[in-house]
Amino acid sequence: MRSYLPDYNLRAPRDLAATLDVLTQEPGVWRPFAGGTDLMVLLDAGLLAHRNFLSIWHLPELKGVEVTDTHVTLGALVTYTDVQRHETLAREFPLLAAAARETGGIAIQSRGTLGGNVANASPAADTPPALLVYDAELELVSQGGARWLAYQDFHTGYRQTVMRADELLARIRLPRTTAGWQTYYRKVGTRKAQAISKVCFAAGARVDAGRIGDVRLAVGSVAPTVVRCARTEDLLRGHELDGELIAAARASLAQEIAPIDDMRSTADYRQRVATNLLADFLGQLT
Amino acid sequence: MARAHLLNNVTATPKTKSNAETNVVGKPVPRKEGRAKVTGAARYVDDMRVEGLLHGATVRSAVARGRIREIKFGAGVPWDEFVVVTAKDIPGENVVALITLDQPYLAAEFVNHPEEPILLLAHPDKHLLEKARRAVTVEIEPLPPVFTLAESDAKTEIIWGADNVFKSYLVDKGNVDDAWPEADLIVEGEYETGAQEHLYIEPNGVVAVADAEQGVTVWGSMQCPYYVHKALLKLFALPEDKVRVVQTETGGGFGGKEEFPSMIAGHAALLSWRAGGRPVKIIYDRAEDMVASTKRHPSRTRHKTAVTKDGRLLGMEIDFVVDGGAYATLSSVVLSRGTIHAAGPYHCPHVRVHARAVATNAPPHGAFRGFGAPQSIFALERHLDKVATAVGLSPEEFRRRNFVREGQTLATGQVVREPVDMEGLLARAFELTDYQAKRERFARENEGASVKRGIGFASFMHGAGFTGSGEVYLQSVVGVEATAEGVVRVLAASTEIGQGTNTIFAQLAAEALGLDYELIEVLQPDTGHVPNSGPTVASRTTMIVGKLVESAAAGLRQTLQNAGLLGATYTTEEWRAACRAHCERYGALKSFSQYQPPPGIHWDEGKYQGDAYGTYAWAVYVAEVAVDTVTYEARVEDFVALQEVGKVVHPVLAAGQIEGGVAQAIGWTLYENVVWQQGRMLNAQMTNYIIPTAADIPPIRVYFEEQPYPYGPRGAKGIGELPMDGGAPAILNAIEHATGVSFTHVPLMPEALMKGLLEDA
Amino acid sequence: MSDETAATAEITCTVNGVRRTLSAHPLARLLDVLREQLSLTGTKEGCGEGECGACSVLVDGALVNSCLIPVLQVAGTKIETVEGLASDAQLHAVQQAFIEAGGAQCGICTPGMIMAAVQLLTEKPQPTDADIRNGLAGNLCRCTGYMKIFDAVVRACQRAGEPT
Repeated sequence: MRSYLPDYNLRAPRDLAATLDVLTQEPGVWRPFAGGTDLMVLLDAGLLAHRNFLSIWHLPELKGVEVTDTHVTLGALVTYTDVQRHETLAREFPLLAAAARETGGIAIQSRGTLGGNVANASPAADTPPALLVYDAELELVSQGGARWLAYQDFHTGYRQTVMRADELLARIRLPRTTAGWQTYYRKVGTRKAQAISKVCFAAGARVDAGRIGDVRLAVGSVAPTVVRCARTEDLLRGHELDGELIAAARASLAQEIAPIDDMRSTADYRQRVATNLLADFLGQLT
Repeated sequence: MARAHLLNNVTATPKTKSNAETNVVGKPVPRKEGRAKVTGAARYVDDMRVEGLLHGATVRSAVARGRIREIKFGAGVPWDEFVVVTAKDIPGENVVALITLDQPYLAAEFVNHPEEPILLLAHPDKHLLEKARRAVTVEIEPLPPVFTLAESDAKTEIIWGADNVFKSYLVDKGNVDDAWPEADLIVEGEYETGAQEHLYIEPNGVVAVADAEQGVTVWGSMQCPYYVHKALLKLFALPEDKVRVVQTETGGGFGGKEEFPSMIAGHAALLSWRAGGRPVKIIYDRAEDMVASTKRHPSRTRHKTAVTKDGRLLGMEIDFVVDGGAYATLSSVVLSRGTIHAAGPYHCPHVRVHARAVATNAPPHGAFRGFGAPQSIFALERHLDKVATAVGLSPEEFRRRNFVREGQTLATGQVVREPVDMEGLLARAFELTDYQAKRERFARENEGASVKRGIGFASFMHGAGFTGSGEVYLQSVVGVEATAEGVVRVLAASTEIGQGTNTIFAQLAAEALGLDYELIEVLQPDTGHVPNSGPTVASRTTMIVGKLVESAAAGLRQTLQNAGLLGATYTTEEWRAACRAHCERYGALKSFSQYQPPPGIHWDEGKYQGDAYGTYAWAVYVAEVAVDTVTYEARVEDFVALQEVGKVVHPVLAAGQIEGGVAQAIGWTLYENVVWQQGRMLNAQMTNYIIPTAADIPPIRVYFEEQPYPYGPRGAKGIGELPMDGGAPAILNAIEHATGVSFTHVPLMPEALMKGLLEDA
Repeated sequence: MSDETAATAEITCTVNGVRRTLSAHPLARLLDVLREQLSLTGTKEGCGEGECGACSVLVDGALVNSCLIPVLQVAGTKIETVEGLASDAQLHAVQQAFIEAGGAQCGICTPGMIMAAVQLLTEKPQPTDADIRNGLAGNLCRCTGYMKIFDAVVRACQRAGEPT
């Protein structure tokens, strides 16, 4: 433990209203603390810069999965284990189920939350590419009320988001519009389990009479934020797949990502593998 | 269905060919300390509860090489509450006594590697201690560092001694210069291996109590209590009986707790000494353990090989260099083992090996399972595939034509006097893996496939015990005593670190005495109570020390029989009665045994010629791989480890040793990449230095052949290091089969694999 | 920054069937509290970053890394550690199987590994090869190469299927 604990605070407000109250009264002083799978690592390493936290792990308002005719809505505290166990998610949102299955080991999956994965805003997170493909929407709540926004508009830069200091990520909503899509999820992290992604690729497409009816592509660990690759999607949409189109799509994707060298991998590797994965995905479409 | 499938695939019950009749040896008796380990009752050093404990921490160098200017204690810390130790507080000599006396416990004026210890702190509150550690700044005037083996070898900057060379060896068999003109073909190659972190799951840790009156006592996680003992004698300038070292349950070593514990033990003891004898505990966290402790030596090997057109080896010239880091530590010995194994189990009339260990400004590299041999064997077994291709033979046919046979000589001129059958091992390994059929099928199916499969092998040997006259020099001693109740206790400094020392010793003693395994106890290694049976290293514990256990136990029986208390055959009750009678009449019943070399062993340390080891274990390992050309990730899909190891004392433990060693070899080959930045490990977290998980390791299928070694206990040889040797070359040979690309370094990370495949295409 | 210093939290939970009141900084790691306050040293620290699984325990039946749980968050929960598995002299089937199969070598990963195996067999009494591999993938072992651990899990579920 490389942190001096008396320098830190963790409180558990009674309920959601009390939590929002603290966030409003002392904006920026307190930050939410969910399952701890990221924050405790930083605390142990002596790298946790922020000092004061509100535990939200116990708040029932942020838990559970609700299924309606048009949407599946997940509380921010839904864990990777919860995702894997939920039938509708497993059936209709296989990318999310795959991402949950491949994040950490069982013990991490018990505690890691979707809300944490999103709010933590790491470009290497494993569920955001899946959420982007599903056109997820986020609900941010504060004492002043709630607002919904497209997840695509949430990240503004490396570990930067549009969330205000008095807001809390409450729910994640997935429109049920992708049933029957062909999907593809690959997390590349050298080892099969318990890895941090070097590249994380999620994609879905609907093929209508030999043409790509619709397509969505998202990639993690290749830019300061997870990237939804809209230009490449546009290039593919409505076209028949052939070698030339795949080559063009590869070239386009390469323009939409900006990977870097770090201790885990190289920019060259990430670039090449991301485009390989795209080609692999397109090659498997039927 | 699922379970049947599992049993077939996963439970590699070793298939053995056995001959000797035994009661306990060769049986899978329960591990002695197994119950304590599965219930959480086993006490590791951090589990010790100590009254009045201080926690210790180490302030380390932030730079690779330089001169210490000033140490500053920052504000906001109650420094008067802290125990502080610097080099000037050392009561004896400021040097870690091992082989060469060059490494200080605390840097006094110069630092020679990042993370070198400079100052020690202790305080009752471990959180405040950490705050204090961060508040110390050491101003260091930098000096030009050397970070790579190549730079050190080129002597661009002299950082150690006169020439950066810790040690060099020359092995000369025949005259390799005679081979070149006779050769039909000369094949050259260069091979490199990277550092490897041990990543025992229990980090280094000790508790020490030390003062001038009582002397020094240390409890800790370690492999070699008497190494620590020797080091503390010098550090404190104390007589032998004033220093006591006790091994606590140890959570893995693999060489990483061979020499390093002398350092951390000395640090904790210095703090306790300064604190007037209050107990001090130092437990490294994972980051400190990874960044500051030893790793496997990186290496570079150059081969130049002369062959005839029908594939006979004529001459081998091998240049083998290891990077020793900043201080000499064990590099000379690691280099030695790598040198002796560099030409492998082949007969070649002319062999010359030039070997040297050189200095760099990185933390010292140290002992790690295999001890230099995995490095030189990797190079050889990769190179021989290249030579085979050059002469137009398959890798197996080329090796068949050159395997050493009984009566022929190895590189040091050692005549092989045991019935070695490498060809037989090769044939059986191929049968077990369906090698030939897969070799053809994969080649056919890989065309156009995005996942390409391959199969490859390595054939090799590993010497057991200390090199040359090492065992004679050690003069190891083991004691066995019996209580009045007839309980037999083994007294040895050899440590249980997971490999099964307690169990093996108890089996051998039980077998020697014809008693139940349950009647035997193995005492906790404590230099205050056990004789020096030597370090727990070098695949020597079963073969060398086990033999001493056996003969000391036999001595016990003989004592009772000579006293007329025990018949030629006896029941357990008669044994107990005899022990009781002996203890009543004569007092303690003990027997000691000291190492005697087998007859006819000759070793010339100066010329590096002769019988390098009393015996070798011989092996053929086969790896099957899948290379994904989308992600450039290579995975091992099947692994067969076949070895001749003498008598298998415990089939489950022996297979466990092989499986664990193979898994470490797979890690070293495909996953474990130490990222260096200015001599410092950048990825010193388990998150970023990745070892294979349960999801990554293929079925490891272990097979033994047993050719009893006359001088090992019940015919046993050493096996601990062997499984580290064959994995890397077998896997890279398989990758070449899969992809057609010959890779020459490990770890082969996906980034490098990509580069190789793209350059080839 | 708040200038309020963190108070010590009083937390009540059940550990191995015994109700306990713990007193610690709310961010203290569950691992440290178990080891230092309750002397339950069977739970080990291997990395402090949720990678190795040596500190695995069950909280309300879920497998967790106790190094990543602030003690405040276990208020009102049921915690099980390796010390709670055996009843009197009778080892848990998984513990017994680890001894027989050689699933424990150095033993430092063993308590966490056993907790993961217990949780796996609770979830999936008849696991496939893939289930076992995935179920244990968060628990690193450096000694065994995992083969004997898989063997132990298979033995344990075979034993569970036998009539007692």
